[in-house]
Amino acid sequence: MSTQPKITVATAWLDGCSGCHMSFLDLDERLIELVEHVEIVYSPLVDTKELPERVDVGILEGSISSEDDLEKARLFRERCTRLVSLGDCAVTGNVPAMRNHFKLADVFDRAYRENVTLQPQIPTRDVPALLTPVKPVHGEVKVDVFVPGCPPSADAIWAVLSELIAGRTPDPNAVTRFGA
Amino acid sequence: MPLPTPQPNVRVVTLRIDDRDLSAREDETLIEVCRENRIPIPSLCHLDGLSVWGGCRLCMVEIAGQGRLVAACSTRVAEGMEVRTDTERLRHYRRTIVELLFAERNHVCSVCVSNGHCELQTLAQRCGVDHVRLPYRQVPYPVDSSHEMFRLDHNRCILCTRCVRVCDEIEGAHTWDVMNRGSDCRVITDLARPWGESETCTSCGKCVQVCPTGALVKQGTSAGEMVKDQHFLPILARRRHAR
Repeated sequence: MSTQPKITVATAWLDGCSGCHMSFLDLDERLIELVEHVEIVYSPLVDTKELPERVDVGILEGSISSEDDLEKARLFRERCTRLVSLGDCAVTGNVPAMRNHFKLADVFDRAYRENVTLQPQIPTRDVPALLTPVKPVHGEVKVDVFVPGCPPSADAIWAVLSELIAGRTPDPNAVTRFGA
Repeated sequence: MPLPTPQPNVRVVTLRIDDRDLSAREDETLIEVCRENRIPIPSLCHLDGLSVWGGCRLCMVEIAGQGRLVAACSTRVAEGMEVRTDTERLRHYRRTIVELLFAERNHVCSVCVSNGHCELQTLAQRCGVDHVRLPYRQVPYPVDSSHEMFRLDHNRCILCTRCVRVCDEIEGAHTWDVMNRGSDCRVITDLARPWGESETCTSCGKCVQVCPTGALVKQGTSAGEMVKDQHFLPILARRRHAR
């Protein structure tokens, strides 16, 4: 067992497909090694409801597409010492940002009216309002580490996390690229 | 610009590139000498076998005694020249150029058939582009799928004009050309007619093979499948221009 104090890690899933979190889980048996060094304090993978006041490393997957995403990104920036943009949606906007080429009303029509056979309607309750344009995370808050890839491989995530745990600045470009 | 014709009696000059003493024929360009000596220089518009365009400016190098940067593809060697190909200043400009290309049009790698086989994508990684610092322009460009074998996606086009040059100089059809200016600039077939209606296109596919990105691809290829082969080009170029 390691004698080093654990670092706290929080992750969140903004507008993306969760593929980056799946890739994170692809660390497989390395997850056991990882929990010796990190404590996941907030994530879709655990049941915590509130982001703690102070977190060492915050990891954001997905782009900023809604008021909810924006609020979460700002909260992560405020409370996390180092903020990581994980995956192409967070880094470039990627697929969610492809709706920027259309009017929001047309996007709603396509999703909730044209392709629906029963009760076509635009949801207004319990869903956050969509923003235009969709932006990468660094379009709204300062990001410290960018990890491109769609999704970044488990090896790439491992390489980046290992460097962060060791207190170093990782070089994600050595292990991943746009669209990887 | 026509392809340079090899002269029978050319002098040999000596120059220094990155502290290496090298010799070269005086009619060679810096990028040719660098490639012969395995000195890596990034470029997107330059391709061995095609005329010099000098458009992408990624091959810029520093020459001692000159304040401005010069494009290695369009600069001939000279006696005593001292060249630097990889300085902090050059890395800064190259990275910025790649970022500008990504910001200008829609290059979503994950949904591109050239993903994994794209020169722009590879160059971004090599130049350390892990994100784009500028806001994306988010302007949609049209896609022309009218050709029975190939597809043109202007969103992926970086205006390197390799397609224009290979069609004119190697195939001899001159189907491709360029219209408009600035961000409205587009490669066109015939007089901006759909590619499928082109009367001059021979469907040879050379333009598709030389395209560095997913702008020109074969119909029916899925993401990651569009592997391009450019080995034919120098061979054909030599045969076309043999004296």
